[in-house]
Amino acid sequence: MNATSGGREIRAAKYSPAGAVAALFRRFSEAARRYRIEWWILVAGVVVIAAIVTMTLFPHLFTHFRPEDMNAGPQMKPPSAAHLMGTDNLGRDVWSRIVYGAQTILGVAIAASLASALIGIPLGLVSGFSGGFGDKVISLIMDSIYSFPGLILAIAFAAMLGPGVINITVAVAVVYVPTYFRLVRGQTLSIKQELYVEAANAIGARRPTVLAKYIFPNVIATVVVVFSLNIADAIMTEAALSYIGLGLPAGIPDWGMDLSMGKKFLPSGVWWMITYPGLMIMILALGFTMLGEGLSEILNPRLQEY
Amino acid sequence: MRRILNYFLMRVLLTIPMLFVLLTLVFVVLRVMPGDPVSAMLGGHAPEYVIQQKKAELGLNKPIFEQYIDYLGQLAHGDLGNSMIFVERVSHPIAQRLPATIELTLFGLIVTLGIGIPLGVRASRKRRTAQDFGIRFYANIVYCIPVFWMGLILQMVFGVLLPIFPIAGRVGARIISSDFDRTGFYVLDTLMKGNFADLGDVLMHLVLPAFTLGITLSGVFVRLTRANMLDVLKSDYVLASRARGVPERRVVYKHALKNALIPIVTMLGLQFSALLAGAILTETTFSWPGMGRLLLERIYLRDYPTVQGVIIVYALFVSVVSLIVDIVYAIIDPRVQL
Repeated sequence: MNATSGGREIRAAKYSPAGAVAALFRRFSEAARRYRIEWWILVAGVVVIAAIVTMTLFPHLFTHFRPEDMNAGPQMKPPSAAHLMGTDNLGRDVWSRIVYGAQTILGVAIAASLASALIGIPLGLVSGFSGGFGDKVISLIMDSIYSFPGLILAIAFAAMLGPGVINITVAVAVVYVPTYFRLVRGQTLSIKQELYVEAANAIGARRPTVLAKYIFPNVIATVVVVFSLNIADAIMTEAALSYIGLGLPAGIPDWGMDLSMGKKFLPSGVWWMITYPGLMIMILALGFTMLGEGLSEILNPRLQEY
Repeated sequence: MRRILNYFLMRVLLTIPMLFVLLTLVFVVLRVMPGDPVSAMLGGHAPEYVIQQKKAELGLNKPIFEQYIDYLGQLAHGDLGNSMIFVERVSHPIAQRLPATIELTLFGLIVTLGIGIPLGVRASRKRRTAQDFGIRFYANIVYCIPVFWMGLILQMVFGVLLPIFPIAGRVGARIISSDFDRTGFYVLDTLMKGNFADLGDVLMHLVLPAFTLGITLSGVFVRLTRANMLDVLKSDYVLASRARGVPERRVVYKHALKNALIPIVTMLGLQFSALLAGAILTETTFSWPGMGRLLLERIYLRDYPTVQGVIIVYALFVSVVSLIVDIVYAIIDPRVQL
């Protein structure tokens, strides 16, 4: 390392993980001072997510009922001291089903977003960087999927694969690959024109090096924001699929499935079976949206929405 | 005019590859699925030779590639084929269900814009005040509410606790369906017949589904309107009209909003597929007999041609709307080079 001989600019151009973390840290502490509201939005998002993640990791701390226990209480009773959110038509405790259901929805949403990102990002990088006929074909396919209502594709895939946790993850993941692809490809196309990439090419850097060290680090800030917003979206798609009845085998507690069950008893005035699972879906999605919005203000101040 | 016509033709040609990609994807996905129309139709107990005979009849024993070529040939003649489960043309149930979906999305869109644009304008005028933050809070909350939950909540509040609106179907049971055989758009049909009692009933049935769809999507438009209005309100010509003493309302709604609407029109095209996805869930919640219900019913039955037909119609619907949006855009913004 030429830390002593090199000036600030030279070190900044070099990409090192430790340096990136330090830079990120500086940016966050500066952001806490500069954008007060945005900062609190970010913090609120993190708090919500942390609370629900804790719920998935240590469900027994939150409830002493089992989600599948049909003798937890009397059937279809409104919220009371014994059952905070009431009981469902089979006498199961609604709150315990929410606590355990968090594992399903959070797991599927994160896994699906990760899978889409892991396919979409490299594809977008390589496609945008190489160009040519291959790029055109992949872009056409991705654009076609992107412009089509994602839920319909997810329905087709979920129906094809049948119920199951992994299957629903795949069905949700398919929908979001184009999101990452288009984002990363677009950024790659514009970064490719930058002087420093030209310089890297000029000094004879190999293509994988240019992609990994010069282009990828510049794409990643936007990807982080989109990833967080994407999880929020995936949460709602997962819930929608299991609400329709295409998601999971019976027996796995799931918020969307509980909603569709509650729907049957709604006309007889059973409000608690639909209120709480839906509220939780909203809160969880809101948590990731707030995280994404906050990050976007702080990481990309240029995109600021006044 | 010639410019718009050329552009129109090119856009139509460009939708063909998109349709092709989606169609191929769905065609393959359907045939890889476990289960097939014959076992869905005959149940698990039919003798093997009957199953084989039926499969041969439907052309299901041919290689997938051959089936695919046959299907494309059929499509090229504008024919969606026959259902594999029911004795009917695929176009028949689609023609029946499509008006229901269009009616729902159209009214949903009206609600979305009716809420989104005025709120966005208001927020931009009261920037950084409690009202602004309140409206932005609304926009973000609403964005995170799943459509189907919004539907259930509205059903609960305005259908069960306060029984004002019906919570299922397009019309009440006492109305005969032959009243609606003209266009399938119930609002239009009752209007054409001058039957205002029925029109009232149809509209009452539309309220909750339309608001379900409209409220959930309004968040996006609040944010977009606000951001664009802030941009426009800073511009010189707004300052100039204020200096000339043009009343503030006129400045905001006539001068500024007109220009702020241009990006909103573009967004409308992009949000349309979200609207259609929301419509499927709304149809499920409100037992609305539209395309979304048809798709789900036929996927369970493995009725390949109907599912393919529905997907094609959805894709066409999306492309037609984005085409219209682009043309409207070109008309309202003369700077746009088509």
